[in-house]
Amino acid sequence: MDNAAHTPLAARGPARMMAHLWMILGVIIVAFPIYYVVIASTHSTQTILRPPLPLLPGPEAFQNYDEAFSGGIGRIGGVSLWRLLGNTTLIAMGIALGKIAISMASAYAIVFFRFPLRMACFWLIFITLMLPVEVRIQPTYKVMVDLGLIDTYAGLILPLIASATATLLFRQFFMTIPDELLEAARVDGAGPWRFFKDILWPLSLTNVAAIFVIQFIYGWTQYLWPLLVTNSNEMNTIVIALKKMISFADADTPWNLVMVTSVLAILPPILVVVVMQRWFVKGLVETEK
Amino acid sequence: MKIVNLWAVGMALLPFAAQAQTEISWWHAMTGANSEVVDKIASDFNASQTEYVVKPVFKGTYPETLNAGIAAFRAGQAPDIIQVFDVGTGVMMGAQGAIKPVAEVLSDAGFTFDKSAYLPGIVGYYSSPEGEMLSFPYNSSSPILYYNKDIFEKAGLDVNAPPKTWAEVWAAARQIKSSGAATCGYTSTWLTWIHTENFAAWNNVSWASNENGLAGTPELAIDGPLFVKHFQELADLGKEGVFVYGGRTSEAKQNFTSGECGILTESSGGLGDIVKSGINYGIGQLPYDETAEGAPQNTTPGGASLWVMGGKSDEVYKGVGTFFNYLSQTPVQQFLHEQSGYLPVTTAAYEATKASGFYDTNPAREVPILQMSGKTPTENSKGVRAPNLPQLRDIQNEEYEKMLAGEQTAEQALKAAAERGNAAIKEASGG
Amino acid sequence: MRRTVFPHKVLPWLLLAPQLAITIIFFYWPAAQAFRQSVLREDPFGLSSTFVGLANFRKVLSDPSYLNSIKVTAVFSILVAFCALAVALFLAVQAEKIVRGKGFYRTLMIWPYAVAPAIAGMLWLFMFNPSFGTLAWPLRQMGIAWNPLLDSEQAMALVVAAATWKQISYNFLFFIAGLQAIPKSLLEAAAIDGASRGHAFRTIVFPLLAPTTFFLLVVNTVYALFDTFGIIHAVTSGGPGKATETLVYKVYNDGFVNLIMGDSAAQSVILMVIVITLTAFQFRFIERRVHYG
Repeated sequence: MDNAAHTPLAARGPARMMAHLWMILGVIIVAFPIYYVVIASTHSTQTILRPPLPLLPGPEAFQNYDEAFSGGIGRIGGVSLWRLLGNTTLIAMGIALGKIAISMASAYAIVFFRFPLRMACFWLIFITLMLPVEVRIQPTYKVMVDLGLIDTYAGLILPLIASATATLLFRQFFMTIPDELLEAARVDGAGPWRFFKDILWPLSLTNVAAIFVIQFIYGWTQYLWPLLVTNSNEMNTIVIALKKMISFADADTPWNLVMVTSVLAILPPILVVVVMQRWFVKGLVETEK
Repeated sequence: MKIVNLWAVGMALLPFAAQAQTEISWWHAMTGANSEVVDKIASDFNASQTEYVVKPVFKGTYPETLNAGIAAFRAGQAPDIIQVFDVGTGVMMGAQGAIKPVAEVLSDAGFTFDKSAYLPGIVGYYSSPEGEMLSFPYNSSSPILYYNKDIFEKAGLDVNAPPKTWAEVWAAARQIKSSGAATCGYTSTWLTWIHTENFAAWNNVSWASNENGLAGTPELAIDGPLFVKHFQELADLGKEGVFVYGGRTSEAKQNFTSGECGILTESSGGLGDIVKSGINYGIGQLPYDETAEGAPQNTTPGGASLWVMGGKSDEVYKGVGTFFNYLSQTPVQQFLHEQSGYLPVTTAAYEATKASGFYDTNPAREVPILQMSGKTPTENSKGVRAPNLPQLRDIQNEEYEKMLAGEQTAEQALKAAAERGNAAIKEASGG
Repeated sequence: MRRTVFPHKVLPWLLLAPQLAITIIFFYWPAAQAFRQSVLREDPFGLSSTFVGLANFRKVLSDPSYLNSIKVTAVFSILVAFCALAVALFLAVQAEKIVRGKGFYRTLMIWPYAVAPAIAGMLWLFMFNPSFGTLAWPLRQMGIAWNPLLDSEQAMALVVAAATWKQISYNFLFFIAGLQAIPKSLLEAAAIDGASRGHAFRTIVFPLLAPTTFFLLVVNTVYALFDTFGIIHAVTSGGPGKATETLVYKVYNDGFVNLIMGDSAAQSVILMVIVITLTAFQFRFIERRVHYG
């Protein structure tokens, strides 16, 4: 009975077994391609090119990773692996934090205040979901040039923090906050800042955590935008470096290094996810009121 | 994250670094080992003199690089040199205000520009109808035949005699499949570049009117009888499972390197990957159609060339000219050719490589050059040009895929490709 | 709806300012440029342009391959949105049933989202390549003549699978967050009242999950219509023979690759209109039913 009290949705006995089974199946389907990349990164280019790929790690693991770190990746594009990872991390963090900050602010304004053009603003922001980067890329580039943002971190981050997904999510969430909570706070004499800090923020943590993960990864996996907006190799992200190494066209693709770089490109976002897991739980505990 | 702060500071200080030399930006689409070659050439040039610094920047695939160049031009920030692929030549040539012809750049910079020093088969393609060289050929390649010697042996075919005509290819492929030596007899990359454009040139048939578009707006002739026969044979082989389709560009190469297919037609630039795969391979010339009059004629180059953007300062143009002159030097061309599998651009480099005995140890490398420079090009074999070549290739690929899926005959496919293509050309030429 | 608000008049504007500013500079201004381009006929370099009014739109709407992409997009989006939502919800609920190992499963489920579309595409190509793909072999063993390079339906299946695969993690993440935000007190009360799990589900979980579900529906629709560009580009490039050429892919192909600016811009405008309409519809008719508590 105690188990049920902690997690009311938890099942018992056979139902739980089934749940495990489904999860394992889900995980296999969902995580297999990544397992594949990890395995591929431990084999030689020849083995990779002569499929089907064996399903177990190969003997070239140490070799490949050593080559990658000691400059194999740096050879192509003249930028060290650390620099690439650093750039990508900076961009991803910038985008994630920036997005959370401004979308929470906007959603807060739209939900908890009344002012003329309120809904118009919401729609104005919301419509930006409708036109993806690839489509408005040329004119956006011109704006970047005019503002002098080429080859800057600001240029890489700013245009990407304006998207509306986070605002929409926070708006949805804020709308589920019971009226009584706000009334009670106002009766207590709390202003907007205190209400946010003491009541809204703690309640929002699960969503903030989720958005952080999503946006960090979104920033991490950007390709077309950084490619266009930076001319200096020093500003490359790891995804660009990856594409640079793959040559479906004519020359030698060092597939083993490609796989290693893919693993390295995937690892940090996964780490972020793992770390943020605890926030989920934490947020959970704090909603106990 | 302290490292990140240092970088941020470093980045901020970068613009203040001393700038005594003229910088020349070079946007390119080279990946893998070819990207290393680009960097090496640039750094060698920079080390060889102190006035100019060439800065290569990777801008993505060929279409991405071209788009980056266009976007930059429209924003007033075009690069100095940009690498544009062969199919983009038409676009660049049409942009007369935006580019500066290479011949002009070289002679303005004080170098005597001798066109005859360059291999005619290559240079002719990148010149205007009046013969002025507009762009500098950087990486050119030619389609050739690769075959798996082990599979040949198993199938009972002569290991040292690659098929020379398409009829021989079909026969060999069928034998490979029926003897069980492999599951796939023949595969090919680039059905458009190899089986349509180069097919026309190599077999001396017209791809389109007006010298295939080099002398004026082209009207496609790819639904001619020779094409129809060829593609129907391909379709039939496909149905038998003897021919395996690999994709629109060079994906089919993997069907060969995996050991699945016995014969492959692909760019000479694909040699590197094939060597790396460890296959016991052999090389042959691109097959020709024995019923075609005058075949084999000559093949046309694929690859990319370097264009110079307009509106730059005299200093920059002088630097570009100096760089191109450096690129034309024999040792540099030799390096480029021997390292990357692309063709040498100058006759001198070709001769030097020959003299060094390189082709004795690597006979495969000479095949594409001989194919391209064997005979004087006719009006059918100087190459193809259209204002919207990428779109034409897209259309052709779509029709070929429908044909190979059994949804239409070769005749229907080629007719549709020609009709749709001509309509698109009209649109693109402002008609 | 909401009755209590703060009385401030200037503060909300200050809060909105950053997002509005960035939105206007980096979205509306370039979008206006796209609108402008849609009524012009230009060469790629912008050296000469002629005003052609609605000619580009007329041409686009009467082009059979455009109508084809509408059909492809509809099929593709419905399949992807539906599968991604259904599978994710199912797995999220299953995950909630588990007491131990939940975190472990959750981490593993979220991986695909961390994979850049370019890499994901390459992976799927590798795995399902008819000649040497590791997963192509079992398919052939099952007697399926697997060749997505030539068979349009198989190509569509492959691309739907790849796009859904990526999106399941995203949906899963939010469903989990949504499920965990449901106040324990409510569920405990239901358990004490003797309600069965199924009943508790229907009366408590689903309604409270509705805001999340609605959010995901909107996002998934937009994703299926737009963000799948990267996957399609990497896996099939719109082929074979246009079988997987969605509207957004066509915009990219015509604009980026074929450099037909006016056409591509006109298509973007039409696409925007479609998505705005769809989303407005979703908001008007479906949000009505969403219970915000």
